[in-house]
Amino acid sequence: MTTHAGAVHAHEAPQGFIRKYIFSLDHKVIGKQYISLALFSAFVGMFLSLLMRMRLAWPTMKLPFFPDGILPEQYLAMVTMHGTIMVFMVLTTAPQSGFGNYFLPIQIGAADMAFPVLNMLSFWTTLLSLVVLMAAFFVSGGAPLGGWTVYTPLSAIGQIAGPGQGLGMTLWVIAIAIFCGASLMGAINFIATTLDLRSRGMSLMRLPLTVWAWFITAVISLLAFGVLLAAGILLLLDRTAGTSFFIPGNLVLTDKVIPHKGGSPILWQHLFWFFGHPEVYIAILPGMGLASHVLSTFSRKPVFGYRAMVFAMSSIAFLGFIVWGHHMFVSGMSPYVGLAFSVLTMSIGVPSAIKTFNWLGTLWGGDIKFTTPMLFALGFVSLFVSGGLSGLFLAQTSIDQYLHDTYFVVAHFHLIMGVAAIFGIFTGVYFWFPKMFGRMMSDTMGKLHFWLTFVGVYAIFMPMHFIGLAGHPRRYADGSGAAYLASMDPVHVFMSVAAFVTIAAQFIFLFNFLWSIWKGKKADINPWQATTLEWGVPSPPPHDNFAGHEPPVHRGAYEFAVPGVADDYIMQTTPPEKVAKA
Amino acid sequence: MSDSHADVLRESPWTGGGSPYSIGSKKLGMWLFIVSDTLTFAALLLTYSYCRLTNPNWPKPFPIFNAIVFTTIMTVVLLGSSLTMVMGVAAAHRGNRASTVKWMLATMLGGAIFCGLHATEWMHLIHDGLTPFSNKYGGSPLFGATFFGITGLHMTHVAIGVIYLGIVATGFGRGKFSAEDVEVSGLYWHFVDLVWMFVFPMIYLMSVKY
Ligand code: HEM
Ligand SMILES: [Cu+2]
Repeated sequence: MTTHAGAVHAHEAPQGFIRKYIFSLDHKVIGKQYISLALFSAFVGMFLSLLMRMRLAWPTMKLPFFPDGILPEQYLAMVTMHGTIMVFMVLTTAPQSGFGNYFLPIQIGAADMAFPVLNMLSFWTTLLSLVVLMAAFFVSGGAPLGGWTVYTPLSAIGQIAGPGQGLGMTLWVIAIAIFCGASLMGAINFIATTLDLRSRGMSLMRLPLTVWAWFITAVISLLAFGVLLAAGILLLLDRTAGTSFFIPGNLVLTDKVIPHKGGSPILWQHLFWFFGHPEVYIAILPGMGLASHVLSTFSRKPVFGYRAMVFAMSSIAFLGFIVWGHHMFVSGMSPYVGLAFSVLTMSIGVPSAIKTFNWLGTLWGGDIKFTTPMLFALGFVSLFVSGGLSGLFLAQTSIDQYLHDTYFVVAHFHLIMGVAAIFGIFTGVYFWFPKMFGRMMSDTMGKLHFWLTFVGVYAIFMPMHFIGLAGHPRRYADGSGAAYLASMDPVHVFMSVAAFVTIAAQFIFLFNFLWSIWKGKKADINPWQATTLEWGVPSPPPHDNFAGHEPPVHRGAYEFAVPGVADDYIMQTTPPEKVAKA
Repeated sequence: MSDSHADVLRESPWTGGGSPYSIGSKKLGMWLFIVSDTLTFAALLLTYSYCRLTNPNWPKPFPIFNAIVFTTIMTVVLLGSSLTMVMGVAAAHRGNRASTVKWMLATMLGGAIFCGLHATEWMHLIHDGLTPFSNKYGGSPLFGATFFGITGLHMTHVAIGVIYLGIVATGFGRGKFSAEDVEVSGLYWHFVDLVWMFVFPMIYLMSVKY
């Protein structure tokens, strides 16, 4: 091999079902595998949330498989698994590993990722991690109880801390450690591909913002997952080798002194949140990139402030690493440290606001086409703003003393991380479906899906702000223990009904998706009249994307409504002499 | 500035098909791996520092004093293996296959000796009552936990490195791998040495009785 890796990595199109669809090296197949994994996980996670909402609204209701109703321990196990599955298996995989795998190489003009074997390996390790995680449901004691943050010491001392804290918790740690390995492999691949395999003329400032977002997300993953891996190893040692990194001395539990000494439960919080805060940006950045991309395409206008968008994403990524303490204001940290974390956290509002105003600037005066992907991109912006504003409340130490661990936090992170990122995923599905499957999804069903979901998620999560302000703690199976909580029961009923409707609406999506794969209207090569490279290749793209040659790139990614030009868009691959004058 | 319109007529400064940073993807990939692994070790060493600073009964000095001579020898062996690796990479770039393989074998030998000495040290410590969860010498048992956790992960890296170098040396000897592959494996090896250069002062030297 020479020092030049070479931009064209064409490998022979594989023959046979197994090499083509199962152990495939093709980034597009791997992308689809990731999306399928995320889709499956999303439905599991959603089903768990349905059960939790049932329990919250109607605590004593008997359900199939739950003859005595859902027990409090079972409720906590659902909280943990819902959060873990959604954060790791859905929000981390679908926007980044799924769509990124499929479209990053095509959008930069490459034939595949830089390391196809590593790519395949990272998918299969992710699947292994999912299997290990799911196994926690079926072992004795069931799934762990500590929430997706698995705070120590209760997560470190084993079965004595509760039924799911035995083998189930061990499986959780192993699954997450495996997931770290898979994400690190993916991150290395994404970064190397973006830097090394861009086609001729694709300078950094001509990259679509989607590519920038995937690239920056990969850098965050590279730096964050290594730390979670270390934390996971230590927790596993505590659980299996008898060490006490996270277990303090003289800890008494159910009248027994735990035979460990000297560790610090707060250490886990530091390590976890050093990963955990960057992780929330891993979930949201690809959605930000895609929202910018889609808003520009359907406003028929260039992205407002392209460079500012790139710098905003980069500074969000940087700041994301120095604000983890805002999750620990009530951990007994020095007020001075709390103040520093508070100021740094609020400073993230600046790049976030730059992005928001640039989105609005992109829409301003545009020739807006309200297609389904456009609606979801607008929904993304709406949810990002609604969820981000509550972050500024939580970022103040004094207010957070009260709001921490209440439903207010649940409202904040569901709007901004959960639902906004999911809207990003939906934007991607509706926008790229024609390219991936060569057919259009039904616009009518898409819009129905959008409106039900958009109104539904606000109906579920807005009231949580109010019960949070009224002091309702999170992770309680029911409010029967305290009179003031019982008075909030009607709100729970309202939110559960809203959840029921919203979840039902997702089956419209599932039907539309599956139906359109086989029965959808045939799609043109470029149905949205978009400018980036994927819209210049057949749908679905052939095995090596560009039939063995590198497409030369002549311009930036967002040339809409260029004055003096006949069409209202110019593809990135159109050379200057081919641009028709008006 | 207007990013889109101004670009229409401007040619890109870079028109090559190869990589713009004249660094192959494999080498870049190894650098990125090193970055992420640095973070993992950094987290562990921070854990060690945190435990050491917050524990009033941290065992200082190190329980076995003569071990420091022993560990110094280990350190010299490991550093020496970095030198032989440099020679191997240089030979590979000159295209001298036989010499490359020889230097790489020397490097692997250094790595293997390091692991052997390290394992001996472990056995002694365990025999004397220092384990991940107990410390017969008095003081916090977390000393053993961090000690075995960090040096164990490092030793795993060295052992994997010996195997990795073996594969690359064989492949290079047979003409299947390129000089760049040797260089990339060298990057890994130097990184593992460099980690030790943090472990050695932080865990051993800072605990010696003078
Ligand atoms: C201006 C931006 C933001 C600010 C100021 C902010 C602030 C905060 C603060 C202070 C907390 C801790 C509350 C507590 O536990 O008491 C928090 C929690 C959280 N935030 Fe944000 N946030 C912002 C943006 C985001 C974004 C973009 C995401 C995700 C995409 C996100 C996801 C989360 C999550 C998941 C939690 C809760 C974690 C848990 O305890 O389970 N935040 N946020
Ligand atoms: Cu945070």
